[in-house]
Formats: sequence, C-alpha cells, structure tokens
Amino acid sequence: MVKKILAKFEVSYLQALDEEGNADQQLMPKLSEKEMLRLYEMMVLVRAFDDKAFSLQRQGRIGTYLQIKGQEAAQVGSAMALKDDDWLFPMYRSAGALIARKHPMHLILAYYGGDERSLKAPEGINNFPICIAVGTQTLHAAGSAIASSLKNEKSVSLVYLGDGATSKEDCMSAMNFAGVFKAPVIFLVENNQYAISVPRKTQTASETIAQKAIAFGFEGIQIDGNDIFGVYGAVKNAVEKARAGKGPTFIECFTYRLGDHSTSDDAARYRLREEVAEWQKKDPLLRLEKFLSNQKLLTIAKKEEILEKAKEKVEEAVEAYEAMEPPAKDDFFKFMFKEMPEQLKEQHDEFMRSHL
Amino acid sequence: MAVMNIVQAVNSALKCALEEDKSVVVLGEDVGVNGGVFRATDGLQKIFGPKRVVDTPLSELGIAGVSVGMAVNGLKPVAEIQFSGFLYAAFDQLVSHAGRIRTRSRGRFSCPLVVRTPSGGGIRALELHCEMPESFFAHAPGIKVVCPSTPYDTKGLLLASIKDPDPVIFLEPTRIYRAIKEEVPDNFYAVPLGKARIAKQGKDVTIVTWGAMVKYTLDAVEKIKNDIDAEVIDLRTIYPFDSKAILESVKKTGRLVIIHEAPRTAGFGAEISATVSEKGLDLLSAPIVRITGYDTTLPFPKLEKEYIPDEARIIAGIKKVMAY
Ligand SMILES: Cc1ncc(C[n+]2csc(CCOP(=O)(O)OP(=O)(O)O)c2C)c(N)n1
Repeated sequence: MVKKILAKFEVSYLQALDEEGNADQQLMPKLSEKEMLRLYEMMVLVRAFDDKAFSLQRQGRIGTYLQIKGQEAAQVGSAMALKDDDWLFPMYRSAGALIARKHPMHLILAYYGGDERSLKAPEGINNFPICIAVGTQTLHAAGSAIASSLKNEKSVSLVYLGDGATSKEDCMSAMNFAGVFKAPVIFLVENNQYAISVPRKTQTASETIAQKAIAFGFEGIQIDGNDIFGVYGAVKNAVEKARAGKGPTFIECFTYRLGDHSTSDDAARYRLREEVAEWQKKDPLLRLEKFLSNQKLLTIAKKEEILEKAKEKVEEAVEAYEAMEPPAKDDFFKFMFKEMPEQLKEQHDEFMRSHL
Repeated sequence: MAVMNIVQAVNSALKCALEEDKSVVVLGEDVGVNGGVFRATDGLQKIFGPKRVVDTPLSELGIAGVSVGMAVNGLKPVAEIQFSGFLYAAFDQLVSHAGRIRTRSRGRFSCPLVVRTPSGGGIRALELHCEMPESFFAHAPGIKVVCPSTPYDTKGLLLASIKDPDPVIFLEPTRIYRAIKEEVPDNFYAVPLGKARIAKQGKDVTIVTWGAMVKYTLDAVEKIKNDIDAEVIDLRTIYPFDSKAILESVKKTGRLVIIHEAPRTAGFGAEISATVSEKGLDLLSAPIVRITGYDTTLPFPKLEKEYIPDEARIIAGIKKVMAY
C-alpha cells in the first residue's frame, strides 16, 4: 500500500501599491514617470466617463449602464499592458478597458444608448464586441489565442470576466482548452465581490478564484485589483509569458464594485453601507494620486488640469453621441449575413414598403 | 382577492406552491436575498428560508441540470432563468434530459420541473434580455411551453405548471409585467394547460396570439372595432396548443391572423398555420396572415420598435386578411 502526497499548491497574492500610496520597489513594474502619468490620466478619464454615463442614464439619455467605479485600476492596468493587435474580449462592464483600448467614447455611450452601430471596433484594434451573456466570451478568447499560436503570430488574447462568470461552464471549458493547448490567453477576473446580489462566498466554495487555474494546469494569481501597478505588472508579465509560448495565466483582481450592479439595481437590498465605506477607502484612483503626489509627479494644479481635460473629452463624447444621426430604420437587417438570403430579402422588402 | 400585476401574480403563485407542497423549491440567480431582479420572488426567502428559496451560483446550465436531478429525486424545482436569452445556456440540459427522462426511463422516473423566465422585448434592455424562445422549446419533445398574458392566468397557469407531472417552460411577458392589474385570488387555483382563452369575442376574423402581444393586439383591435369585429384568442399554452379552439373560431370567421414577436421562419405561427391548413383549409376564405418579428436578431433599443409587431402592423395585417 502506498499513500503519498502527489501535489501541493500555493496561491500567491500581490500588491505593489498599498492603500496609502506606498510602493514596494521590488514589486513595481518598470514604468517611466511619463507612463505612470499616462496610467493616471486614463484612470481619471475612465472615472469621469463612468460618472457621466451614470448621470446620463438617470436623465434618460442612455439606457441601462453598468458602473465601473472602483474597478478602474483592474481595467486600465490590464488594457494598457496590451498592444493594439492583441485581442481583447470585453464584457458589459468593460467600458474602462474599451476606453483604454481606443474605442471612441461616444460610441461606448451609443452602446448603452441602444445603438448597434456602436460595437464596431476601430480598424487595426482587435476589440471583440461587448459580451452580454456572462462568461461566454472566455471561450472565444481561448479560441482566438489558439488561432494566434497556430498562425505563429505573437498576439495574445485577454478576456475580462467577473467572479460570477467563473461559475459558468464556458469559463471552465475555456481554461481547460487554454491549458491543454498552452494558449497565449490571459483570463482577467475582476472579482468585485458580487454577481448582482450574490456574494463571492455563495458563488464558489473555493478559497480563492485564482486557484481554479491550478486544476487546469497553469498559473493563477490573486492581485490587489485596486493597485494599478500590481495589475499592470502582472498582466505585462503574463503577456510576455504568453508571447514566449509559455501558455495562459489566470489573474484574479481582488476589487470591489462601489456602485450598484447596474442602473436597474439597488445594492442596498443586499449589502451594508459600512462595507461600501470600507472599500471607498481603498479607491484605486486616490491611491495612485497619493503615490504620484508623494513622488512629486503630481501637483494640485496638474491634478486639476488632468481632471478638466478628462471632463472636456467626456463632454465632447456626449455631444458627438447626441449628434449622431439616428440609424436607418432597416439597419438591423444589414449585417445578418454577408449576402441577404432571398427569404430575408422578402421580409426586408415588406419592411421597407411598410415604412414608406 | 387582491389587485395584482403579473409579477405579483407570479410571486403569489410561488408562495401558494411553497406553502401547499413541501417538495417545491425555488432556485435561481438572485432569487433569494434580492428577491429576483424583477422582484418576482420578493420576500419568499424570508418566509420559507434559504433551503427552499435558493440563490444559486451563476450558471443556467447548472440551474437546469440540477433541477433535473432534483425533480427526478422527488422535488419540484421551480427555477428562474433571469432573462430569456440565458435559456440558451440551459438548452442542453432541458432538451437532452428534462424532456427525455420519462421516456428514457420507460416511465420509472419523471422530471416535473418548471423553468420560468421573463421574456420578450419592448423593455429597452440590453442584448439577449428580450428573446422569445417559445419555438425552440415547442420543438423540443417532452417539454410543455406556457406563455400567460394576464395576472389571473399567470398565477393559475404557473400553479398548473408546478402541479404538472412533466417539464414546463414558463415564459412570462416582461413588457407587461406591471402594465395590467386585476383581481387575483389569494388561494391556490389552477388554469389548465393546453386550453386557449377567448380574450375577445368577434365574428369577422380570428386572431391568435400569446404573451405580451395579447395586450397590444386587443388595443389595436379596439381601434378598428367599428369596422372589423375581430375575435382574439390568447393561446396561453404553446405546447400542447389548443388547435380545437382555433379551428372552432376559424369556422365562425373564415379568416386567420397569427401574431407573434419571435422571428417568422419556423416561428410558432408556422405550426398554427400548418395545422389550420391541414385540418381546416375549407374553413378559410382568405390566406392566413402572419404578423411577426423578422428573421433578424432583435434590434437594440433604438430600433426595437421597428421589429416588434405594433399597432400599425397589426391593423394593416387584419385589413389585409379582410380585404381578400
Ligand atoms: C448567462 C447570463 N446569465 C445571467 C445574466 C444576468 N446577469 C448579468 S450580470 C450578472 C452578474 C455577473 O456577475 P459577475 O460575473 O461577478 O460580473 P459583474 O457583473 O459583477 O461585473 C448576471 C447574473 C447574464 N447577463 N448572462
């Protein structure tokens, strides 16, 4: 009879920038001052966009919106670690990542405003359309990554998903494929502690989400998702590893959704105000601001200038969104097929006749 | 008796079922603490506890598959799928298993589960929140499909579905969740599955529809009542459907219009049309007219009203069948 331990695992946690804005030099990614400011500017822009989008929804100028507030570091830090021709698979709460990936802001507003034309990615930037069905996008990222390696291309795929999405079989299958095929893919989980009202504890009995990767044969780490340097560094490493043919990485960003799940949700029904207040102290933007001020990279005047510039850009985007010509009434027929089948053409003709 | 809207009628039905039958379990995403994103399960976990009103992990396939297992092993799961588009994720378990357990086990086991979901468009929601998937499930052997249109029927049909010995997909009309209020009994009552309802008597033309479209059809018919006396049949159950009620009405009117929100091709209107052609061609004095969604995905909110049959299209369709 033999009884022995076959494997043992550890799950590491990483934080480069603490809540007081102190950086651990050993864990800091290589970033110039300019690059650090660039990350900050992008986070400010995303926050300004998010606040504006929320208020536009309240005024009925866009439809349902899903706030990012609190998750800016996870989104900006990861998206900015990619190249344009890397593949990005966003979800419904990825506006921050999309902004960082040059998706025009007025089109992001148009998306939440219910305009299908909004989803077309700018030429040369491989942003997949926003995914609504939770977790399903993970498989596409795995597939896209497998394609990149089959084609001997250096591009990697990065997919956003929530803690809730890790319960979907799609996600487990995506991780399995990624592991088996050593695919150059990065799973970026924004663990914001809730899937609508369902707390992380109810979602999985697993101690961390990061450790799920271990079962699929690749690395999973947890990072402080409110620490932009931690996120940026971890994703940068994962990207390099993927480009070098060393396979997938699973990154759990431990963060918090400061707003409601969506503009149709009321989080007061299921979580305590004190809990939110605790997390407000860990705001990723404040933390970076403290760091940059301490480093004398950010004066009050500069901070105001950056904020003003961000707000201006957002206002311009709102104007551009509201100035968009309405879509043609038959717009939704246009892209069903490359060539409209006869049967659909008949319906289209009937539609056009009834709209004369 | 209390005045209720459709969501409240769902809530009332679930409460009755949980009270009446210890084997009933309500499960789904956000159904417990939060009371459901539409509040259909509001307050139930407080009364019946977290073992009978269960917040599940986020997995529709999981919810459906676990419900199959629960149902086979003696429970009566009433699962909520948060929005109809996420039924697609549950499809495999429903079609490959729920609908087949009885026949596969030669009647030894059965699968008395109910899957309820808000369905249909017109609510300015995000993609996949507004699907009308009745045809997919009508086409799946072994599964019943129910689609209520009033608060009274919602409660009665949901209770009948829970009592039913076989799997039922229960498609609630989201767009009119709160648009209609009427007296609904507080106690347990059932509205039988498979029986249509004459929502409005008439003699000139038969209109068959279901779900939210019933309300909009009745509104449209009201507008033209001085010229055309339409009979509106609320189908209520899509599978098995009440072909007798349709044929009887067509016998009287000689004309048939079918209205549904889902795409036209292979929509349930096609089945009704085929049945009437097969069994009642001689009753018809005009070709059947279908007023439906198009063979496209439901457009995002900016254009969704162009897609869903509206008053103008309904009236035009009725006039067309009358003009023949
Ligand atoms: C397959 C599927 N089921 C249900 C929903 C409804 N829904 C939208 S978001 C959400 C919670 C998702 O939580 P999580 O994955 O943690 O991401 P978060 O929204 O917190 O960013 C649910 C249940 C959906 N969009 N897709």
